[in-house]
Amino acid sequence: MRDIAIKADKLTKKFDDFVAVDAITFDVHQGEIFGFVGANGAGKTTAMRILCGLSKPTSGSATVAGFDVYKETERIKRNIGYMSQKFSLYDDLTVMENITFYAGIYGLSDKEIKARGESLLSQLGISHEAKTFVSSLPLGWKQKLAFSVAVIHEPKIVFLDEPTGGVDPVTRRQFWDLIYEAADRGITVFVTTHYMDEAEYCNRLTVMVDGRIDALDTPANLKKQFSVDSMDKVFYQLARAAKRSGD
Amino acid sequence: MAAITLDNIVKTYGEKDQKVLAVDQASFAVEEGEMFGLIGPDGAGKTTIFRILTTLLLPDSGTASVAGYDTAADYTQIRNCVGYMPGRFSLYQDLTVEENLKFFATIFNTTIEENYHLIKDIYVQIEPFKDRRAGKLSGGMKQKLALCCALIHKPTVLFLDEPTTGVDVVSRVEFWDMLKRLKAQGITILVSTPYMDEAVLCDRIALIQSGKILSVDTPANTVKKYPTKLYAAKASDMHQLLKDIRSYPGVASCFTFGESLHFTFRQDDAQNIAGLKATLDSGNYLDLVINEIQPNIEDYFIQISEPVHA
Amino acid sequence: MKQLLAFVRKEFYHVFRDKKTLLMLFGVPIAQIVLFGFTLTNEIKNSRIVVADYAHDYASQEIIRKIEASRYFEVVKSNMSHDEIEAAFKTGTIKMAVIFPANFYNDLSHLNKAQIQVIADASDPNTATTLTSYLNNIITDYQTQKAQQTKVPYLITPEVKMLYNPELLGAPNFVPGVMALVLMLICAMMTSISIVKEKELGTMEILLVSPIRPFLLIISKVIPYLLVSIINLITILVLSVVLLHLEIKGSLLLLFLESTLFIISSLALGLLISVRAESQMAAMMTSQMSLMLPTMLLTGFMFPIENMPLPMRALSYAFPSHYYYIIVKAVMLEGLGFMAIWKETLILAFITTVLVIINLRSFKIRLA
Repeated sequence: MRDIAIKADKLTKKFDDFVAVDAITFDVHQGEIFGFVGANGAGKTTAMRILCGLSKPTSGSATVAGFDVYKETERIKRNIGYMSQKFSLYDDLTVMENITFYAGIYGLSDKEIKARGESLLSQLGISHEAKTFVSSLPLGWKQKLAFSVAVIHEPKIVFLDEPTGGVDPVTRRQFWDLIYEAADRGITVFVTTHYMDEAEYCNRLTVMVDGRIDALDTPANLKKQFSVDSMDKVFYQLARAAKRSGD
Repeated sequence: MAAITLDNIVKTYGEKDQKVLAVDQASFAVEEGEMFGLIGPDGAGKTTIFRILTTLLLPDSGTASVAGYDTAADYTQIRNCVGYMPGRFSLYQDLTVEENLKFFATIFNTTIEENYHLIKDIYVQIEPFKDRRAGKLSGGMKQKLALCCALIHKPTVLFLDEPTTGVDVVSRVEFWDMLKRLKAQGITILVSTPYMDEAVLCDRIALIQSGKILSVDTPANTVKKYPTKLYAAKASDMHQLLKDIRSYPGVASCFTFGESLHFTFRQDDAQNIAGLKATLDSGNYLDLVINEIQPNIEDYFIQISEPVHA
Repeated sequence: MKQLLAFVRKEFYHVFRDKKTLLMLFGVPIAQIVLFGFTLTNEIKNSRIVVADYAHDYASQEIIRKIEASRYFEVVKSNMSHDEIEAAFKTGTIKMAVIFPANFYNDLSHLNKAQIQVIADASDPNTATTLTSYLNNIITDYQTQKAQQTKVPYLITPEVKMLYNPELLGAPNFVPGVMALVLMLICAMMTSISIVKEKELGTMEILLVSPIRPFLLIISKVIPYLLVSIINLITILVLSVVLLHLEIKGSLLLLFLESTLFIISSLALGLLISVRAESQMAAMMTSQMSLMLPTMLLTGFMFPIENMPLPMRALSYAFPSHYYYIIVKAVMLEGLGFMAIWKETLILAFITTVLVIINLRSFKIRLA
C-alpha cells in the first residue's frame, strides 16, 4: 500500500452559522495528483487553507504529511508548497530575485539556490529572462514560474489553488506537463480547478458542492457511476441535485 | 446595418518607456440581433474592447461604432441605448436585490414596471430573495441580478464581459439559456468568455489573443479551417502515452485534452498514423484507442495561437 | 430629480448599513468633544488656590469668606512670597493665587478703589480663564452688595496675571479647532472613500455608461454627507454648551451658514482626492496627510501661526480651515457679527467656488 500524504476525517469549518466545509473525509496517496473540483464558493479554498495550516478547523481531524492540522501547523508549512491564482510572485522583483527569496524562506543554501534556480529557468526555457521584472512577463509564464518556485524546495506536497484560471489553452496544457513531472518525482499534488477538462488529468478527484464531498473516485469511475461520457456532466448532475436541496 | 463595428482599433496602456499593447488593430462587425462571442484568455484584450465600445475608454487610433453612433463623439447617445455588465461583479453588496434593481432603473430614467416583461423570466428566479442583500447571494443569483440591472432600460445592444467566469456549471447553462431568449427578442449581444466550450453557443465568434483578432466566423466554419487531420488517443497510462507520441518523428503537436490526447502530424499521410500505431502497439499499453476526430474551437485556438515559448 | 432622489437614498443606505462608517461619522466627533470636555471640566471643581492676605482687614476677610464658600475653590491660606507661589505652580499643587495687598480696606474706604492681584496657571488655559472668571463674579457680587449698603460704589480691580501662557491659546479655542477638524475629516474622507469604493466595486463603470450626468453624480454624493455633517455640527455645538459650558455668543444662524460653506469646501476637497485615488486605502491616506494634518498643525488652534516660518504661514493661508477657524472663533467665542468676518467669508467662498469648478471640470466622463 502507498503512503498516505493527506488524511481528512469529518473535517468541518463553520463561520458563524455558515458551514463552509461540511464533514469532508478523504485520503490522498503519496505521489498522487488529487483534484478538488467545484464552483466558486463551494468551499474548495477554505478546505485548502485548513490543510495548509492557515486556518483551524471547527471540528474533525486531518493530517498533512503526517502532521496534525491543529497542533503542528509549523511543521506542515515546512513540508508543503503553495501556489494560488491570485498571489504568487512579486511583480517588482526580477525572476531570479523571486526565486532567491522563496528558496531562501525554505532555508536552501546559496549554492543550492543558484543550481536549482538555473535548472528551473532552463527547464522553462527562460534562462535569458532571469533579470526581467516579473511584471513584464506574460500571464502564462508567470503561472508556470510560480509553480516551479512553489516546488523549488522539493516539498512532500504541493497545493495549487486554481492555478490555471484565465490562462490560455496552450499554457494551461504546458502547466499540466509541469504538474505531471512533479508527480513523477514523488511530489503529491493537491489541485483545485473549475475547468472540467482538467478534472480528467487528475488521478483521483472529488467534486465539492456546498461544502460537501458528494463523489470521490478516478475520472473514469465517476463517469461510470453517473453513466455519462464527460466530467462536465458528472458535475452538472451533482450540482443540480444540490441546488434542489439548497436555496 | 451593423450594430457594432470596430475598425483598426489600437489601444496601449502605460508610460512611454513601458507601453503595453492591449488591443492591436482589431476589426470586426456584429450584425443587428446577433449573439457574438469574443473568445480568449485573460489579458487578451477582451475587457479593453468592451470598455472602448461602451465609451469608457478612447482608442489610440481606429474607429468604433455602436448602434450607428461613434463611440468617441456620440458617447451620450450610446450611453442611453446600451446595457453593460462588467467582468467584476458590479452591484451594491449592501443594497437588497430589489433596491439594486430600483436604483439602476431610476438612473436609466425608467421603472421596473415599465420593462418588467424584459426581465420577467430572469427576475422571477431571484424574486423570492428580493429582500436579501446582494452580497449574500450565490454566484449564479448575482449574475442573474446583474443581468436584470443591465436589461432594465431595454437596451438595444447588450455587452456582457465574462458573465460566467467562476460561476457553477448549472448556473452557466441557465445563463446561456437566458441569453438565447434575449436574442429572440431582437437584442444584439456581445459576450466574452474564456471558456472555449461556450463558444459554440454564439452565432459568430472572434478568437482573440494578445490583443489580436485571430479569426472571425461562425463556430462551425471556424473549426472547418483546421488545416490538418486531428487524432485522439487514449490509454490507461496517459502520461507515458503523451511522452511516447511526442517523441515519435513526424508528430507536429500532441497535447492533453480532457480524458484523451489530441495530436497532429506534420504531413497527413497514411504511413504516419500507421507507423505510430505500430510503435505504440509494441509498447505495454493495455487499452489503447486511437481515432481521427473532428476538431473543436479549443483545438483550433491552440493551433492558431502563437506559441508562448517563442 | 427622480434620479437624484434615488441616488441620495442609495447613499444613505450605504451610510446606515455600515457600522464602521456610522462609527466614523458620529462616534468620532462625540469622542473628540467628550475627550476634551472631560479633561477640562473635572479640573474646575474644588481647585486648590492660595490666598495670601497681606491686608488682613475687614474687607479682605469678607471676600475670602465668599471665596471659601464657593464650590469651585479649595482655599489654602498662606502668606506666600511670589517665589513660593511660583514654585507651587510648578509642582502643580495649586491652580491660582489671590493676593490682597496691605491697606486693602483702607484704599477701598478712602479712595473707593483697590486692587487684588490674581495669578493663574495658564498652561491649562481653559481652567485658568474659568477660575479667574469665577473669581471675578465673586468680586463683582461683593461690590454690588457693598454699593447697596453704603451708596458709595467701590471699585475693586483684579489685576490678572496669566503665568506660562499669557495669550491664553487653546481652551475654548479648542472647540472651533475641533469643529474645523471633525467637519474636514468627515466631509473629505468620507466622500473620497465613497467614490473610490464605487471604482473598486466596478459600479462606477455602470454609472458612467448610464445616461446620468456627471453633475448629478457629484451632487448626489455630496448631499448625504452635507446632511450628516450638519447633524454633526449640531452635535458638536450641543456638546460644547452642555459639556464644556461654552457659551455661543454670536448669531447661531451666522455660525450655521458659515459652517455650511466650510462643509461644502471640504466636500469639494474630498471629491478632488477621489478623482485621483485608485483605492480606498489611498483615499484615506491622502485625505489624512493632505487635509487633516495641515488642519491640525496649520490652522493655529494647536500652534500659533504667528510663530511659524513664512513658508508654513503662507501654506496655512491656502487652507479653508484657516479661515473657518477664525470665523468660528469670532462668532462663537467673541460674539462678533458678519461685519467682523466678511473678509474671511469672502476668501472661504472664493476657495469653495474654485474647488467646485475644478471638480466639475476634472470629473472624468471616461475611465482614463
